[in-house]
Amino acid sequence: MDEKEVDRIRANEDRRWRLVNRTMRLHGHQPDALIETLHAVQESFGFLDTDSLKYVAESLRLPLSVVFGVATFYHFFTLKPPGDHTCVVCLGTACYIAGSSNILKTVEEQTGIKTGETTPDRKLSLLTARCMGSCGLAPVVVFDGEVHGKMSSASVLEKVGRLMNHDD
Amino acid sequence: MTIEELQDIGKIEKEKQEGFKYRIHVCVAAGCLSSQSGLVKESLEKEVARRGLESWALVKGVGCLGLCTAGPMVAIEPDGLLYQCVSVSDASDIVEALGGSPVNRLDCSAHLPFFARQRKIVLENCGRVDPESIEDYIAEGGYEALYNALRTMTPAGVIEQITKSGLRGRGGAGFPTGLKWTAVSKAKSNVKFVICNADEGDPGAFMDRSVLESDPHRVLEGMAIAGLAVGANYGFIYVRSEYPLAVKRIRTAIARAERLGVLGRNIFNTTFSFDVTVRLGAGAFVCGEETALIASIEGRRGSPRPRPPFPSELGLWGYPTLINNVETFANVPPIIRKGGVWFASIGTEKSKGTKVFALAGRVNNTGLIEAPMGTTLREIVLDIGGGIIGDGKFKAILTGGPSGGCIPAQFLDMSMDYESLAQVGAIMGSGGLIVMDDSSCMVDVAKFFIEFCMSESCGKCVPCRVGTVQIHNLLKRITEGGGKPSDMEMLEELCDLVKNTSLCGLGQTAPNPVLSTMRYFTDEYRAHIEDRVCPAGTCHMKPTEESQ
Repeated sequence: MDEKEVDRIRANEDRRWRLVNRTMRLHGHQPDALIETLHAVQESFGFLDTDSLKYVAESLRLPLSVVFGVATFYHFFTLKPPGDHTCVVCLGTACYIAGSSNILKTVEEQTGIKTGETTPDRKLSLLTARCMGSCGLAPVVVFDGEVHGKMSSASVLEKVGRLMNHDD
Repeated sequence: MTIEELQDIGKIEKEKQEGFKYRIHVCVAAGCLSSQSGLVKESLEKEVARRGLESWALVKGVGCLGLCTAGPMVAIEPDGLLYQCVSVSDASDIVEALGGSPVNRLDCSAHLPFFARQRKIVLENCGRVDPESIEDYIAEGGYEALYNALRTMTPAGVIEQITKSGLRGRGGAGFPTGLKWTAVSKAKSNVKFVICNADEGDPGAFMDRSVLESDPHRVLEGMAIAGLAVGANYGFIYVRSEYPLAVKRIRTAIARAERLGVLGRNIFNTTFSFDVTVRLGAGAFVCGEETALIASIEGRRGSPRPRPPFPSELGLWGYPTLINNVETFANVPPIIRKGGVWFASIGTEKSKGTKVFALAGRVNNTGLIEAPMGTTLREIVLDIGGGIIGDGKFKAILTGGPSGGCIPAQFLDMSMDYESLAQVGAIMGSGGLIVMDDSSCMVDVAKFFIEFCMSESCGKCVPCRVGTVQIHNLLKRITEGGGKPSDMEMLEELCDLVKNTSLCGLGQTAPNPVLSTMRYFTDEYRAHIEDRVCPAGTCHMKPTEESQ
């Protein structure tokens, strides 16, 4: 990333960087702002690409290795761009006992992708989670951030089908 | 802000609410929200407005009503009626029934033991107050404990009450809270921190989430009292990013509390200041360990470090730091309000007070419960939990998540307290209870937990990083039908090694589920290894020659 690029980002030319810059400013550009800043980047862009990691490292005066280390240590951060829609199958204990591993298997078979992958047409990303805290409604599947409880393989497949055929 | 002003706010709010003949409480915690309780609340509001009853009936969003499985839940005050599984189309019937006979098809009285057997201290406001209104919390006596601690007690006096109460850390280990507070208060430093651990990583636990979503001010008040007692002016709440609603509610609560002057500069016109900042986790189970959590707040990878030095001497940025769990802080205001002796009168000899449990798995009534320490497992599972779903048979209950143990049916009459649980090889943990029936294979469950610990191991120390992988490999082999007679012995040896040589709590407790299932369900392991059969029928056994 050359200096011009950094200047351009700093100048808030891209609206999405504003949230990121604001987060860093609020924390006085201190190193402890790193995780909060990465959250802001992911919220704005959906994932962490190399350029944004470099930019964050430079702004917080941290080695890129540290930034990369943190970004890969925590499960919440992703370095790959997600699809248009996300389907997160909860594999927490309560959901597991209620059969969520079967749900996951069915979705994997139906979509042809494995956990952590995105369909070739970039419509759907399949992910797993370790407990959403909605254990009373197990098994739980989260579509685009919305928690759906008491799911079955059939109801998940129906929802997945609708998301994948949705054109917008 | 003076005490008179505080009481005025409470009085005005109370009068305002009591001015309504009926108050319709709709649960707006995450569980019910995902069953569309937001829409239910909206349609109830519309229905009340359509009938022109705005001055007669109030529709209010409240925190968790407890019985998550029957959501969305609606309570009618002051009648004390409870409706379950309410949908948008029921709104008109509910409003119609106000003052008359209740809507029978939505009646929830079948679940009565679920509510009657509980005793609520931490959850006393859950399902009663609007989590987004500070006035509502004040109307229930909120922030009076902070006022009393500040204006009528000394820091030493506050700690004395906490010590007297016998409160123990609710995060899992059960360390006496009074001792921890004393240690931090004695540390010599101008700067100290209070951290609230809300990184509820145990799968199957949702106590902290529910408390933060239902009654956030209680936690803030507890933290401020702790800050006053130990001499800290800054607080951090470390919340999982998987709990967006809890984050939103706690942020709202902080902003409202600061505006009223019960947090921030010069609280209650004293020189005491206390600021609280929210920090988001990013999905790492190990960050529930206190030194890893501190590293994460500092913006680093969540790797634990050896203790001592304990955070009470050398914590956040090297300053003395007090770390307690959400539930521990939530217990503080009632203790200050009613005295340590009152709290100590509840529970067993060594475990005082109540415990919030998240009851889930194969029971009829899943949800959030609170019972005095010493309640038996039987009462929790069969009375409060309403027994096993369908005609399944109780097989085991898992306490303490992936760090806990499986307790078999022969211990159903065991009392739930720190000591008894440790005796049977389990731990209290943060309070997640997962009930399993005979459809669950215990070897598979053990494999599931060790897989969790394996993927969550931070990788710093070898026993945990390598040991959990090896245990997982062995269990995988057994569940796939390739187990060898020597595997049991090898598993035991490995578990012992990981347990005794790991650096932090994650590794030290990771083998617990394996050890406890091997201890109580030996026959099942044998069936997998010797007969190559899974008695529960969950494992896909493929007897192959290549397995070595």
